[in-house]
Amino acid sequence: MKENSLLYAQDLRLYFRTTRGAVQAVDRVSFTMDRRQALAVLGESGCGKSSLARAILRLLPRNVHTYSGELFLNNQDLMSMGEESFRQEVRWSGISLVAQAAMNSLNPVVRVGEQVAEPLEINQHLNRREARDRVRELLQMVGVPEDFLNRYPFELSGGMRQRVVIAMALVADPYLVILDEPTSALDVLTQANIMNVLKRIKEEKSTSFLLITHDIATSSELADQVAVMYAGQLVEVSDAASFFYQPLHPYSRKLMASVPRLRGGEKPEFIPGQPPSLINPPGGCRFANRCPFRFDRCQEDPPLVKVEQERWVKCWLYSADEES
Amino acid sequence: MQDEPLLEVRDLHVWFGLRRWGFGHAGVVRAVDGVSFTLRPGEAAAVVGESGSGKSTLAKAILGLNRPAKGQVIFEGKPLDSLKPREMRWYRSQLGYVQQDPYGALPPFMSVRRILGEPLVINKVGSKPEREQRIREALEEVKLTPVEDFLPKFPHMLSGGQQQRVVIARSTIMQPRLLVADEPVSMLDASVRVEILELLQKQQEAHNLLLIYITHDLSTARHFVQRILVMYAAKIVEQASVEQLLDNPLHPYTRALIAAIPEPDPENAATFKDVPPGEPPSLLHPPTGCRFHPRCPAFMKGICDVKEPPDFEPQVGHLVACWLYERGQVES
Repeated sequence: MKENSLLYAQDLRLYFRTTRGAVQAVDRVSFTMDRRQALAVLGESGCGKSSLARAILRLLPRNVHTYSGELFLNNQDLMSMGEESFRQEVRWSGISLVAQAAMNSLNPVVRVGEQVAEPLEINQHLNRREARDRVRELLQMVGVPEDFLNRYPFELSGGMRQRVVIAMALVADPYLVILDEPTSALDVLTQANIMNVLKRIKEEKSTSFLLITHDIATSSELADQVAVMYAGQLVEVSDAASFFYQPLHPYSRKLMASVPRLRGGEKPEFIPGQPPSLINPPGGCRFANRCPFRFDRCQEDPPLVKVEQERWVKCWLYSADEES
Repeated sequence: MQDEPLLEVRDLHVWFGLRRWGFGHAGVVRAVDGVSFTLRPGEAAAVVGESGSGKSTLAKAILGLNRPAKGQVIFEGKPLDSLKPREMRWYRSQLGYVQQDPYGALPPFMSVRRILGEPLVINKVGSKPEREQRIREALEEVKLTPVEDFLPKFPHMLSGGQQQRVVIARSTIMQPRLLVADEPVSMLDASVRVEILELLQKQQEAHNLLLIYITHDLSTARHFVQRILVMYAAKIVEQASVEQLLDNPLHPYTRALIAAIPEPDPENAATFKDVPPGEPPSLLHPPTGCRFHPRCPAFMKGICDVKEPPDFEPQVGHLVACWLYERGQVES
């Protein structure tokens, strides 16, 4: 499984220390990503999606309780790397990040062209002109007009700033770009535009994407693979085509039913109850208390089992196949 | 038609003066620029538009918080600008307002009991036990039960969804006839959104409220209102019933909007979306003629960029401000 994959994660854990105990933000997460693929991580707020991004990029706050597991990028062991070599070899040049609301974090007093060029000049030692040419090329790719290079962030609309931030993530030609809610603050038309840009980048540059979002409909614009996260754990990993056709895990099904559709389809439903606290979460299946299919066995923790080609589900409803 | 209109907005303009260096005049932002519509009691209507289209400014003008530069908001036949301060107080008691950010809308130092009691105290409603009774009923209506548990709680002890229920309970406790909900669920999780919108719908139906749902999200509007008003660059470009608007969108902007909204479908990844070029115009210097003309695929030179389109009515009850429909009006 891990040979020839782009990113391989096994039993990844990231727990935070708080006064009330350890918060299990990312708990035994395992997945594999292939090259030129887009994986969408779906889930409600507080399910650990953004913490997963932090765990992959080792962007850890001070109150880390546990950070463990295996993480390989192109068969290179990331967990055993020292901090300095991780910073130089992995961050930005291997895996880059478009953080949530990054478009609002551009430096307001530096022209956008210079902000995008900065890593090229500092890390890749290009001179000013080379860096500028490269930036021009990149901005063209994401659809920012050339004369915007000399503008300041406040002169750009939200959609344009988001494109600039995506260009920044691409500047060092990484294998993988992690996008944390890249379109959630944008208008519908702008959102469609940004998704078009990401599709084009995926085609032309064969960049891989890890798309973190709560928006199932938008994720289907880019995803080849889908991972559903609930209460710190992955409950379903599937190829996108089968997932959007028919999600399997009861939580995935509920999540899909909660999407308000513009065309056809039923009236959307909500998911009763609330996700459990990630401090001392319940033993057994974490979705059990909200699940309509709950039965005795749900008191035990279900494993993530393969139920079909390219489909894994963490639910006792699907575990019978494995035993036979 | 059937009922007398409850709310009428007539050629409403709300402009904001821009100042240069704190004084001096730098121009006028025309946030709402010539909006007209009529709504009846018990109707649920959505104002759908992108950010910056003027939908929140319109909401505030209806609430009487913005002074219009021109035009009128008329409630029950009474124009707001003619109301005396005492009548304005009466008008406000007829209104409910649900804000976008529930946490920001709730005073952090007040318990749920006080938050809900405040409007009753201010409007001098009932005796203390009667007020307590009303508060309990309001909490039950928004399903914050057992009521005992929630009465002493402070806003920070509640989840986002629960906070928004308190806001809804507060907005309806005076039994208003008009409820304005400005993006009531955009700060909430997808799984909770539907729950809150269902609650708003129940309140609307139970009390025969006129609900104005301000949103950027056409898909939720579809399921929770009957009439949709599409706003673009400070104007309403199309208004119709949900079925008319979604089955047969007329304005090129509405069509683009509908085409851009994805459904969870793996086919999406294989195709590029057709999006009109450019961005919404500045409201400081809006384009001449139709404001959508620089982006419009059906642009007709010499017409769209010259004259502003009035509302045409190609089907009964379906209004569209677009020159494409100049001919073929229904007889009225």
